[in-house]
Amino acid sequence: MPAPKPKSFQSLILTLHDYWSAQGCVILQPHDVEVGAGTLHPATVLRALGPKPWNAAYVQPSRRPGDGRYGENPNRLQHYYQYQVILKPNPPNMQDLYLGSLEAIGLDLRTHDIRFVEDDWENPTVGAWGLGWEVWCDGMEVSQYTYFQQVGGLDVSPVAGELTYGLERLAMYVFGVDNVFDLPFNDPDAPLGHLTYGDVFLENERQHSEANFHGYDVAVLKGQFEDMERQVPLMLARSYQGKSLVLPAYDMVLKASHLFNLMNARGAIAVAERASYIGRIRDLCKLCASAWVEQQEAA
Amino acid sequence: MPQLLLELFSEEIPARMQAGAARDLERMAREHLAAAGFLPEALKTFAGPRRLTLVVEGLPIAQADRKEELKGPRVGAPPQAMEGFLRKAGLTQDQLVERDGVWMAFIEKTGRPTTEIVAEMVEAIVRGFAWPKSMTWGTSKLRWVRPLKRILCVFDREVVPFAIEGIESGDVTEGHRFMRLGHGWGGQPFKVRDFDEYSKGLLDHFVVLDVEERKARILEGCKTLCFARNLELVEDLGLLEEVAGLAEWPTPVLGDMDPAFLDLPGEVIRTSMRTHQKYFAVRKPDGEGLAPHFITIANVQSADGGKVIAQGNAKVLSSRLSDARFFWDEDVKVGFEPWLEKLNGVTFHAKLGTMAERVERIVALAREIAPLVGADPDKAAEAARLAKADLASQMVGEFPELQGLMGGYYARAAGMDPEIADAIRDHYKPQGPGDSVPTAPLSVAVALADKLDTLVGFFAIDEKPTGSKDPFALRRAALGVIRILLENNVRGGVTSDLLFPWHEWQITTEIEKLRAEMFAKFDDLEAAASLHEDIKAMARANRRDFSSVFKLLGDVEPEKVAVAAPASVSEAIESFLSRQSGVLWQASVWLSKSVLDFFVDRLKVTLKDQGKRSDLVDAVFALGDDDLVRIVARVEALDGFLKTDDGKNLLAGYKRASNILKAEEKKGWKAEGGREILPDASAPEVQLHDALRMIEKPLASALEAEDFTAAMQELAGLRGPVDAFLDGVFVNSEVAAERDNRLKTLAAVRDAMGQVADFSLVGG
Repeated sequence: MPAPKPKSFQSLILTLHDYWSAQGCVILQPHDVEVGAGTLHPATVLRALGPKPWNAAYVQPSRRPGDGRYGENPNRLQHYYQYQVILKPNPPNMQDLYLGSLEAIGLDLRTHDIRFVEDDWENPTVGAWGLGWEVWCDGMEVSQYTYFQQVGGLDVSPVAGELTYGLERLAMYVFGVDNVFDLPFNDPDAPLGHLTYGDVFLENERQHSEANFHGYDVAVLKGQFEDMERQVPLMLARSYQGKSLVLPAYDMVLKASHLFNLMNARGAIAVAERASYIGRIRDLCKLCASAWVEQQEAA
Repeated sequence: MPQLLLELFSEEIPARMQAGAARDLERMAREHLAAAGFLPEALKTFAGPRRLTLVVEGLPIAQADRKEELKGPRVGAPPQAMEGFLRKAGLTQDQLVERDGVWMAFIEKTGRPTTEIVAEMVEAIVRGFAWPKSMTWGTSKLRWVRPLKRILCVFDREVVPFAIEGIESGDVTEGHRFMRLGHGWGGQPFKVRDFDEYSKGLLDHFVVLDVEERKARILEGCKTLCFARNLELVEDLGLLEEVAGLAEWPTPVLGDMDPAFLDLPGEVIRTSMRTHQKYFAVRKPDGEGLAPHFITIANVQSADGGKVIAQGNAKVLSSRLSDARFFWDEDVKVGFEPWLEKLNGVTFHAKLGTMAERVERIVALAREIAPLVGADPDKAAEAARLAKADLASQMVGEFPELQGLMGGYYARAAGMDPEIADAIRDHYKPQGPGDSVPTAPLSVAVALADKLDTLVGFFAIDEKPTGSKDPFALRRAALGVIRILLENNVRGGVTSDLLFPWHEWQITTEIEKLRAEMFAKFDDLEAAASLHEDIKAMARANRRDFSSVFKLLGDVEPEKVAVAAPASVSEAIESFLSRQSGVLWQASVWLSKSVLDFFVDRLKVTLKDQGKRSDLVDAVFALGDDDLVRIVARVEALDGFLKTDDGKNLLAGYKRASNILKAEEKKGWKAEGGREILPDASAPEVQLHDALRMIEKPLASALEAEDFTAAMQELAGLRGPVDAFLDGVFVNSEVAAERDNRLKTLAAVRDAMGQVADFSLVGG
């Protein structure tokens, strides 16, 4: 008997967890460093590299400081959730597995129009790209589906397949809600009381929007960015049990990346500087990626 | 004869790559089969969202047996030569036969079975396929556009057995990804043995193989939906092509759009529908505007008749159009001046400066061109100043293809002069051979200025198109200028009236800038000890040749510069600037020449496309005229004339005459003094002499009036006398005066004709 359809944002997540867990994925928790996209979790960026198989699923809060609208836009958030699945090597039936997950969250594939529309993914800050599609459900993009070809400037072999579900958007579609803040966060019939997405996150959006656009001190951000930048090679130069400290170093790259996003939202980065900042982060990321692959291949 | 069927079944192939893939598959298969000696009766390929298909009719079961003759070494050649030959041919000496003193091998090659050749062909195609972008997947080393799942390969109803990187060939394909017979969803595999079974099987499993058929179904479905609601489809061939590559079972579904959005410009709605959602727009049959509906092409015929699909898509469209509305509202609030400010920060091209600098050039040029096209110079300058502003608007940021158009709308919304709004809207036109040419004088002025700046600018930095590469679309720009000039009958010389103003503005601006920079330095330098170094640094920064300044200042000790009379330094600067200006003007003459040549080249292509001869353009252009309207008028008259009997014969006469003249001129003969009728001149000489005198005035006045047909008719009067002269008069008379006079007569013919065109450049 199929599981009952999810009725809330959180049960949608639990359904996806159940589904991917049943496929053999490890279900991870979010990485505890601010990131701009679920892909940046070390479980994807680092684990995609190297020869070892790896299948994982997790929710990752994503921070896009520039996208904040003080909670006044029904679709835009500076903090939202992505559901990430990474399968390495990608199984031959990955598309079917993906479609199965849509069915699991309650989309009837006989009444909806699901389409795989060309969309090649690229993330210049981590030197990554892949080919794939955006998946449309009745004209709406519900997921990004990518076969990673390079990460950190290195070839991904075997190839990892990545799925990214924009959880809020998907939930709005599944539950027929037009404003993200109206989403049922837990079951509307919950005995202990019902909360909406707005009850949980609206104030968060307001305060962070103000902080992102006006609050942060640019000089401090810049100093912190440069600190991180200096420390990455130092951390990589240090080793424990013969392995360089690539995992802490990568966390610093993530922090640098988030600091860059904050500076960007503050309007502190001129158009001409943008490319150079992105290049600096990419170089750091490449250092980590190379060190990681070396360790993986040695093991 | 047996048939070959090949299907390469993969995950979803990008729509934009499908047509090219079908062509490449066809070309590669043809080449392989031809190389194997096969001449199939028919070969056809298909491409769709998940499959590439090849069907070849009329292949033999095997290659024909072939006999080959191999020539070996001569009898008695050194043993090494024999050994080498035997090794290369894979033979032993007893298989050789002696013929005429040479060892020969007669080999009978048994033809290989077609299946072997097909297996090799498929492997070569799969491994060598040139997708615009390809990838690897899983642990496979194979590259394909997306993961390749199956290879169906049957020849003569049997599987051709082979495997490529673990994918084994077979006779199984599968149907639609979602739709299936019976319950549930998902592709159903089925076996096929030939193309008939294949295409019927696919249809039974909800797949339309042929893209043309998918397109026909889409159009038909759309029209049926429209008919039922009394609507009209806004046709869009590019979109049709794309959606036909996105659905194996294309099913048009009509959805509703919130009519409140209809106050947005129709182009915005349509572009948003097309770019983001790949929807067709619809309109009321009588009205101009759009109707509040859309048609999406679903991939499935859904269980509920498309209700859920229509609702879902309508919701997405609403949020897209809300974005567009937001852009519109924001843009109207911001307006032109802040946008123009922003263009200062937008690079047009690293070597051609910012967009704001480009605007300055276009403004100057539009002002100069305006009188030529009957536009008001100030208005033209204002329209040009505003023309590029919308590039900084949010709407154009989102939909770049709406550039110009949005500027026009925003100008109207801001209550600007409608003529200026139209000029902003139309200044990119014509964007291609199918696009219309602006006709309003103001629009013509700005459209010309825009294209000329692009052309001259990129020529100036040596970014001319080469071969198939034309990254800045300069050919299109040149063709646009040509069409605007011709279709609006704009009179003027390309060099003097269109290119010269560009250079004049550019050079004046550069020199002014340089002067300001140099004097600014000079003013600072009351203490002047570092004048020398500073000018050097400026020279480096500007990468200009300041050597003349150094020469003038170089011998001066820094201390002395401080006390040097300002007049002498300023004179030095002025003298340098005037030299610099001369250098720039020289370069501009050369540059104008190459731009003009480019125009003439494009003009030839245009006329050729209209069935006119390109040598006639050369013949007319050689006269040194660069008024394109007049050039074309001459070419047309010339073309007509050369089709007449008189024209053909006169051309032949001209060639004979000019050959004689050329030979004599080589020997040093020159026409000096007038020609006359010598006392014992023959009748043909007298006749030609008279004929030349008779046409002189009418020819001149026909040319003056630019009535080139009349001018040709005058020339036609020379035909008889020229023929008679050339047939009846011995030019190289031994009497020097006679010879000289006769040559002069021929030269007079050449000169008269030369006023109309350089006939020596006209092909026979």
